[in-house]
Amino acid sequence: MALTSLTRGPRLDSTRRRTTRRFSLWHLVLAPIALLFFIPFGQMLLASVSPRSDLVKFPPPFFPSRITLDGFVGLLVDTDILRWLANSTIVAVISIVSHIVLCSLAGYGFARLQFRGRNVGFFVILATIMIPTQLLMIPTYIMFSKLGIVNTLAAAFVPWLASAFGIFLMRQFFLSIPAEIEEAAAIDGANRLQIFLRVVLPLARPAMATLAIFTLLSSWNDLVWPLIAINDDGAFTVQLGIANFQGTRRTQWDLLMAGNVIATAPLVLFFLFAQKQFVQTMTMSGLKG
Amino acid sequence: MTTVTEKPVTAPGTPNPAPAGRTRGGARRRRGLGTLTGWAFVAPAMVIILGLSVFPAAWAFILSLQKWNGFAPPKFVGGDNYAKIMTDAEFWAAVSQTGLYVLLFVPASVLLGLFLAVALNRDIRFIGLYRTAIFVPFVASAASTGILSTYLFSPQYGLVNNVLRALGLPAQGWLEDPNQAMLVIAIMSLWGQAAFTTVIYLAALQDIPNELLEAARIDGANRWQTFWQVVWPELRPVTVFVGIWQTIGALQLFDLVYTTTRGGPLDSTKTIVYYLWEKAFKALDFGAGSAAAYVLFAVTLLITIGAVLFARRRNMEAF
Repeated sequence: MALTSLTRGPRLDSTRRRTTRRFSLWHLVLAPIALLFFIPFGQMLLASVSPRSDLVKFPPPFFPSRITLDGFVGLLVDTDILRWLANSTIVAVISIVSHIVLCSLAGYGFARLQFRGRNVGFFVILATIMIPTQLLMIPTYIMFSKLGIVNTLAAAFVPWLASAFGIFLMRQFFLSIPAEIEEAAAIDGANRLQIFLRVVLPLARPAMATLAIFTLLSSWNDLVWPLIAINDDGAFTVQLGIANFQGTRRTQWDLLMAGNVIATAPLVLFFLFAQKQFVQTMTMSGLKG
Repeated sequence: MTTVTEKPVTAPGTPNPAPAGRTRGGARRRRGLGTLTGWAFVAPAMVIILGLSVFPAAWAFILSLQKWNGFAPPKFVGGDNYAKIMTDAEFWAAVSQTGLYVLLFVPASVLLGLFLAVALNRDIRFIGLYRTAIFVPFVASAASTGILSTYLFSPQYGLVNNVLRALGLPAQGWLEDPNQAMLVIAIMSLWGQAAFTTVIYLAALQDIPNELLEAARIDGANRWQTFWQVVWPELRPVTVFVGIWQTIGALQLFDLVYTTTRGGPLDSTKTIVYYLWEKAFKALDFGAGSAAAYVLFAVTLLITIGAVLFARRRNMEAF
């Protein structure tokens, strides 16, 4: 699948051009659908700034009677939301950095270096993509508890340090770089590591950005693994924090929605900022099968 | 991207463009060095991936043959755990609930993705806005989506029932009704996942050669005919692919169940993974949990192999 056509093709970029086209009937289809997709977020935002009394009224008002930040304040007072946010950020940053470093190295190794066992090694890596995470949960939990890292942040980020998909993605990218560039550097006397760091990596920025987004999405939004591995709320991630909070405070919708806004906002803002990369990442993750 | 300049701790560099080997020993040494360099590049990631997948997967198999609660010494029981879950009515209920979800979610997700991709693949005003509205829910986590679902579909003060009432329709129990809970979960999964199938179909649509579409136009085909006779056949491999991909994902439903119903009401949303999680981490029956995980793995594998064989026979290159 041509990814470039998806993100750079004329048809997707059309909004950039000022078009004075006649009204299309597709608006009648697309506008309601887009509205329908936006409504849950709209409700979340409205509820997060509504007084709690509005949210349990019957019938409920469509718009808040007044705008208040009580939900957000209550969240800060009642929960460790800042800590959870910090934890999620730490987990995401470590996962992304480690993914980029380890998967670039391995991807380059498999793409460009000739060595004994390379094909077998790559095949084994690819085969692990087939193993569902559910199969790994129980032994990984036992392993982590033996290592004494259950209930710590390490439990949340260790499973995200590297991935077969990341290696595969980087390898595909390195294969697409013409070998002549590297040969030229080799003639100039650069060794493998120098070629990798100075010549190849700077070219791999788009692939690294894709990998970073993929890792961010999966590590930030992960729920099941933190749920299993972390019971101590000092090490909660933001997703685990709000999920547990919901279990105990089902009626405090203002707080719950404020928590939801805080947990979702970073990725939504990031999405709006890096839409094209995101779309490419989604397409790539669809191609990993 | 500051990490780019960081110097990895591994990978000793080897002098690469050495003059052609004069002796056999030199050549062998260089090949040895090349192998060392290669492994230095790939080993750190490989150790982590193997340590966190192949090793635990093998361990899970051993666990599935043991009776163990994590404290007492494990006892080898052979196939007992498999026999136990196979005769457990709760497990089969979980299988049928998961099946119901697959049936609700997968066809809807494929059709919705196809429809949205066709609709979004045009050169009209505000198209960027439409795309954004449909793509943004994809970044919301299952935890957020679950909390939103309980809010929107609350029988008393939820927006959905409010709309029904305004239209003069009876309010529904939704997540509190055993017959409707899975439907709500499927609807909200669609909301969160629609972007995924859409983006795959969009990419496929843009890969269709323009000449094909033009040829159809010259032959006098209308839009409807063009879609069914030219576009749709081109999309078939992608359809097989997203169908399998979404099925595998749907078989693993857990997060949304956890954040909406926790398996209820009356166990009506208890899926296979929820069953697995309860067995292992609530009842501390690691053996039965691992056996359930292996059953799930086997089913996933069979579906994938079946679909690949089907696609091969039809000469579709889905993989």
